Amino acid sequence: MTTISKVRYSRRSLLKTGGAALAATTLSAPMVWGQESRNITLRQFGTGVSNLNEVAAKVKEDLGITLEMTALDTDSVTQRAATQPNSFDIADIEYFVAKKVWPTGNLQAMDASKITNYDKIVGIFRDGKLTPESTIAQGTAPHTVGFVEGPNGTDFVDNESGWMTLIPTIYNADTLGIRPDLIGRPIESWTELLNPEFKGKASILDISSIGIMDMAMVCEAMGEIQYGDKGNMTREEIDKTIAIFTEAKKNGQFRAFWKTFDESVNLMASGEVVIQSMWSPAITAVRSRGIPCVYQPLKEGYRSWGGGIGLSASLSGMELDAAYDYINWYLSGWVGGFLMRQGYYSAVPETSKDFMTENEWGYWFEGKEATDVITSPFGDPLAQAGEVRDGGSFHDRMGAVACWNSVMDENQYMVRKWNEFIAA
Amino acid sequence: MAVVLLAFLVAPTVMIVIVSFWGATEYSIYPDFQFDNYEFLFGSPVTYTVFFNTLKYTFITWVLTLVIGFTVAYFLAFEVRSLKWQIALFLLCTIPFWTSNIIRMISWIPFLGRNGLANSTLMSWGVIDEPLEWLLFSDFSVILAFVHLYTLFMVVPIFNSMMRIDRSLIEAARDGGASAFQTLRHVIIPLCKPGIMIGTIFVTTLVMGDFITVRFMSGSQRANVGRLISNDISLLQYPSASATAVVLLITVLIVIGLLLRLVDIRKEL
Repeated sequence: MTTISKVRYSRRSLLKTGGAALAATTLSAPMVWGQESRNITLRQFGTGVSNLNEVAAKVKEDLGITLEMTALDTDSVTQRAATQPNSFDIADIEYFVAKKVWPTGNLQAMDASKITNYDKIVGIFRDGKLTPESTIAQGTAPHTVGFVEGPNGTDFVDNESGWMTLIPTIYNADTLGIRPDLIGRPIESWTELLNPEFKGKASILDISSIGIMDMAMVCEAMGEIQYGDKGNMTREEIDKTIAIFTEAKKNGQFRAFWKTFDESVNLMASGEVVIQSMWSPAITAVRSRGIPCVYQPLKEGYRSWGGGIGLSASLSGMELDAAYDYINWYLSGWVGGFLMRQGYYSAVPETSKDFMTENEWGYWFEGKEATDVITSPFGDPLAQAGEVRDGGSFHDRMGAVACWNSVMDENQYMVRKWNEFIAA
Repeated sequence: MAVVLLAFLVAPTVMIVIVSFWGATEYSIYPDFQFDNYEFLFGSPVTYTVFFNTLKYTFITWVLTLVIGFTVAYFLAFEVRSLKWQIALFLLCTIPFWTSNIIRMISWIPFLGRNGLANSTLMSWGVIDEPLEWLLFSDFSVILAFVHLYTLFMVVPIFNSMMRIDRSLIEAARDGGASAFQTLRHVIIPLCKPGIMIGTIFVTTLVMGDFITVRFMSGSQRANVGRLISNDISLLQYPSASATAVVLLITVLIVIGLLLRLVDIRKEL
């Protein structure tokens, strides 16, 4: 065990000094291990968002690794990562969940020097800045929980230490979804969610940690509350936020709350709801039924989230090497292209470019007009030539993030207040 | 038998009671002996609202399933003369139960929705001009689903009791000059008590322990105790979930205890 960690340590030092020798070792490693990983099975779990059978099939084809996928909802994912460490090898979790799960010691830090494309990972996940001029949004920004001080580090550090908690895989900027045909006028602000005009036709998601953020975006936009940090509210701020929404609920503003992806799709597609918190692929699903649905950019900005892959603490030896191979493969472009064609972003966008057509890259990433029909990876047409992505380019969207999904210090208090809101 | 009960009933229940005194952090639970969970539970107005809601759902569902269940059982037992038809119709009642109860519940959602079948039919008949909003995601839809799901649990035991009634008793009542209502009131209902009681226990425990029906049919807008527990579990608050479960268990036991005082099932069976 000591020898192994020494080897790793020296590689890490190499990274810091930099050099061509390093590139040679890290690049050759996957090929060497690739032969041995043929019969290895890795058990991965995560939300339905990125736990896709297509990924498992492709990794089997490219690396020979068998990936057993389990898709769960956000809360169950947290629960599993925190309570059943031996039930998985790879945890595909959200960054804000890492804050909860890391202290349990169920995950092990990853050696950044073994990640081939580490240098190409988007700044958001490294120093927190999309561009050097960017300001860092509120909430649990991924870089704040992305690094620990060493292989056995327990505390998060605020620099690129070379030891990562999660390898970013997929992220996006969320906003409200609307039915433009049933609303019939422009929607520009988060305040519209509580506009009495949409009484009985609005919805919000019943996942407390995310729902409270959407609430905060609304309350702040209304000018009712000025938050110190929407991602880490004080008790007083939580009380005020919940009070505003409880009143709206009692007045019949909401048609329903949703907890799963397909519930949100059905609410929107059936016309029960015309404005609600929504996730990007849900918009796609509504549209692929031929129903108009817009992921409306709002002037106050987006609520953003990011997911990443973490390694189980119990992984070692060949399985651990296979896991690194898998991660390197994940960032090498195919998965990125697959995800970006559904409207998400890849952690290393430039590698994905090779796996997308110029039209797709222009539409999804650069915010350009589609020159031809845009289809999902599953073959459904999503946009016609001449259409532009809601919200524009990657930099327009990710540059307008107001807040990251987060876990608050007052989380337990918030959850209790959330229960009161649901029961009210 | 004793071993099975001990392993699968007593031990888990004891475990829940023990955990209800433990403490929890964001991501873990630790053994302790504290009353925090109960203190919070009894100190929160939400608890009382939610328990009240649960009892309200239970009571309304009980009344409706009893009336419908009794009527159906009465029809099967006394109006249908041939045994062949009795069995055939009884089996017909059970057919919906060959599908999952989640499916049976969810299929109400498109039916009751704003643009659903119920509203569009009513509008085409000219009964209403605007879609009825309260059909879906309301107490109405929750109770409708409960009644739909659980009426059979009332029908079966009541039907069973009715089939055991000696027909000569009913003839005797008629010969004695009793009207149909008097026969029902003084002969059939008293003799059906065990069936009614068993059905009541089924419906009460099923409704009080439910969480998924309330979540789906109210669009997450209403809460009962089951949802409180499931929320706690999903947020890793096992001790607090256990405490709520213990209180719910005691409530259900009290309700059943009261019911059993009304009818001595052992004696009646």
